[in-house]
Amino acid sequence: MKQKIILRVISKFLIPYILLFALYVQWHGDFGPGGGFQAGVIFAAGFILYAIIFGVDTVRVVIPAVVTRLLLVFGVLLYSGVGVAGIILGGNYLDYNVLAHEPTHGQHYGILLVELGVGITVASAMITIFCTFAGRGPEDPEEEV
Amino acid sequence: MGMIAIAIARIHNLFAVVMLTGIFSLLGAAAYVIMDAVDVAFTEAAVGAGISTVLMLGTLALTTSEEKPSPKKNVVGALIVVTITGAVLIYGTLDMPHYGDPLAPVHQHVADRYIGQSGTEVGLPNVVTSVLASYRGYDTLGETYVIFIAAIGVLAILGRVRFPRRREEDIAEDDAQKTPDETARETGA
Repeated sequence: MKQKIILRVISKFLIPYILLFALYVQWHGDFGPGGGFQAGVIFAAGFILYAIIFGVDTVRVVIPAVVTRLLLVFGVLLYSGVGVAGIILGGNYLDYNVLAHEPTHGQHYGILLVELGVGITVASAMITIFCTFAGRGPEDPEEEV
Repeated sequence: MGMIAIAIARIHNLFAVVMLTGIFSLLGAAAYVIMDAVDVAFTEAAVGAGISTVLMLGTLALTTSEEKPSPKKNVVGALIVVTITGAVLIYGTLDMPHYGDPLAPVHQHVADRYIGQSGTEVGLPNVVTSVLASYRGYDTLGETYVIFIAAIGVLAILGRVRFPRRREEDIAEDDAQKTPDETARETGA
């Protein structure tokens, strides 16, 4: 699809807004519909659109495979780490009340970090899955299965 | 939605089927919006209509977009099983409380506390986020692990780094060109 100039130009217009909308959904999830899961998917959709139009190899220049794999782990660790931080600060696992002086502030920080962890994991998981699928190309009949 | 489901079952062109499943998910999202479940609708639209359609298309690009005509099987038997299962499911819904019934069991348990207390306990305007990330933090943690494991699984199966495979004759040619000295070194002498 590299030769379709309309798709190339339009997608270049769209992708920044997709990523911006994903960030809005991520950080605004406390107040409106949305949250880490949806934001992660939308964020990944921006990259996947880019991969469909410009090819998987081009996306891998923007965000190399190592980076998505590290982020994949980082998101899960961030979520779990918030839980462990609750234990260290004297509460139960995933108890956000102890994260700040005010319980509601602690809840706020905890939810923000946890949602960020979910968003990072989901986004990098989706990008990883798509790129591994699409990066294979049609199966070579000579190759072993 | 029913018509689309029938079309998905009948059509043999898999590309059309993938597109129809995307439309099905989008209609599902619209249904959730009608039922005021905006967060669920959002997820359904993003995951069901968006990502999964793209992943299915990616799979089609790897395989083929035309279903193989299967030999005639026992269609009547399958129809009977499906009809019975559907009838049992519909019979099961007869006992369910009406939509929006405030006395439904689901509203009697913890929902009261979530709606009444989450403003003071958690302090977020969006109760859904409070429930997901705070009251039900363990569940969301588990979901995140599911996504993580899914990605790990795909990587483990498909994501190995592929070296260009050398053909047998190339290897033989290389061996022939090697001096005995090199061969000895390679075998670890």
